[in-house]
Amino acid sequence: MRNALPLAVLLAGAIALPWAAEALGQPATIGLATRILCLGIAAASLNLILGHGGMVSFGHALYYGLGAYTVGILWEHFRLGEPIFGVIPGSNELLVTLPIAMLVAGVAAAVIGALSLRTSGVQFIMITLAFAQMGFFLFVGLKAYGGDDGLLVRRRNLVPGLDLRQPDQLYWLCLGFLVAWLFLQWRIVGSRFGRVLEGIRQNERRMAAIGIATYRYKLAGFVIAGMGCGLAGALTANELRFVSPDLMAWQKSGEIMVMVILGGVGTLLGPVVGAAALVGMEYVLGGITENWQFFLGPILLAVVLWAPGGIMGLLGRGARRG
Amino acid sequence: MVEPVLRVQGLRKRFGGLAATDDVSLEVRPGELHALIGPNGAGKTTLIGQLTGEITPDAGQVVFCGEDITRLSVAARVKRGLARSFQIVQLLDDDTAEANVALAVQARAGHSFRFWRAAGRDAALLEPARALLEQVGLARHDTRVADLSHGERKLLELAMALAARPILLLLDEPMAGLGAAESLAMTETLRALKGSVAILLIEHDMEAVFALADRITVLVYGRAIATGTAEEIRANPAVQDAYLAEESSP
Repeated sequence: MRNALPLAVLLAGAIALPWAAEALGQPATIGLATRILCLGIAAASLNLILGHGGMVSFGHALYYGLGAYTVGILWEHFRLGEPIFGVIPGSNELLVTLPIAMLVAGVAAAVIGALSLRTSGVQFIMITLAFAQMGFFLFVGLKAYGGDDGLLVRRRNLVPGLDLRQPDQLYWLCLGFLVAWLFLQWRIVGSRFGRVLEGIRQNERRMAAIGIATYRYKLAGFVIAGMGCGLAGALTANELRFVSPDLMAWQKSGEIMVMVILGGVGTLLGPVVGAAALVGMEYVLGGITENWQFFLGPILLAVVLWAPGGIMGLLGRGARRG
Repeated sequence: MVEPVLRVQGLRKRFGGLAATDDVSLEVRPGELHALIGPNGAGKTTLIGQLTGEITPDAGQVVFCGEDITRLSVAARVKRGLARSFQIVQLLDDDTAEANVALAVQARAGHSFRFWRAAGRDAALLEPARALLEQVGLARHDTRVADLSHGERKLLELAMALAARPILLLLDEPMAGLGAAESLAMTETLRALKGSVAILLIEHDMEAVFALADRITVLVYGRAIATGTAEEIRANPAVQDAYLAEESSP
């Protein structure tokens, strides 16, 4: 593989980050980096349907929030010792909460996708947004789980052999999930299924004319993306030790989409790079002024106008020139 | 009598006050090359849309190999062996010619819910794709569609349709926009195909139509005014009035 060396260097750097942060006396950076990894998974999953399938979902944060709330609600019931609906026991085991979070997000994506994929274009953007807002207000109204105050997860989930109270261990765990998810998505994009998604993005009419029933492939892609975002949300809940409806607000959906566009639509690493760039900018600009988003606007504008391939596109151009 | 491959009965489609398809009936026999001609605005595109499933007719029936397919989706019709090419090319512009046909081969090969194995180097897809490109005479396999000439894209359209291994091929103006030499080459390619698959050819190029067609149906203002052999159509006064006179006059 042509890109193997830069990828290996990048991965080595990512693995070494906690040690570097400790050595430089900046341990808080580890938490920041963990958030970037989680958002990287979320953005990568959106990229599967947006970048490869041409489905502009403007409600992707819903699955992020659902994944996070799954961890939060399972913790709450574990803490109280009361089963959910009197039957499903709570849990603080990551190996239990994570698959359930992905399942919950996947089921939600299947229902919402089945309805919204009957539309396309602006209608699709609006209907996915509308479903996400329904989810947002549902959790705002759920007083049993804190309503708009959110829900505290006092202790991070348990994993055999790891101590997630240590920020570096949680960081490495998230890094592992990010790498695994990217690998999975890389395989999917190159597979027969991925070729169909890519074809639908380029010309859906043509795909129908070669005998592809496009709806079911779009739906499958939508569900996979939703599950990936659910995973990201579940990890985020462990990092923040807190979940709230803000995690599924439309602003969060917008942020995830900005990450994909900023990093590079339809590229493997672009969404992760975009997540790092956006969170990094928030951190740096936010340190200078409270109105950091005022400065984010022009930067985004510049990317869309002059670098349609995002940061990855710029890097690729630089590499070809050099 | 042999069962026709395609039987269209009393097909009607109105757009507001315009009868785009007005009680059209026609038959395509097995192995036949049947041409559909008509002046601009005769309703050829609307008729094709109803045959492929993109447009739902108001009334009438489309029967394919004895099965009523009037309500079937586009993809379901292709699966049954009714493939088409587009007048305005519909291809995957970012991909190579080979990748385009490989995807069409993949669509025929069964479902595509395969998430792991790389499709890009799958010989089971690439070999038939290359064979199809050779069959239509498109040499530049590895060129992106965006960089192909118009004539090459028309050939690719044909290869994509053939990948479905159709029983009936709907060709929507395969000569449109081609130069004289390219038109001749396409005519020869279609002549080589003739007999192995039933073809419904919609075409403006009269030379090609009269050279290739076993039978011709003439469509004027949404109505099929005549069907017959090339000689019968040439001699038909109604056709001359409605169509040929207009075409040949300067």
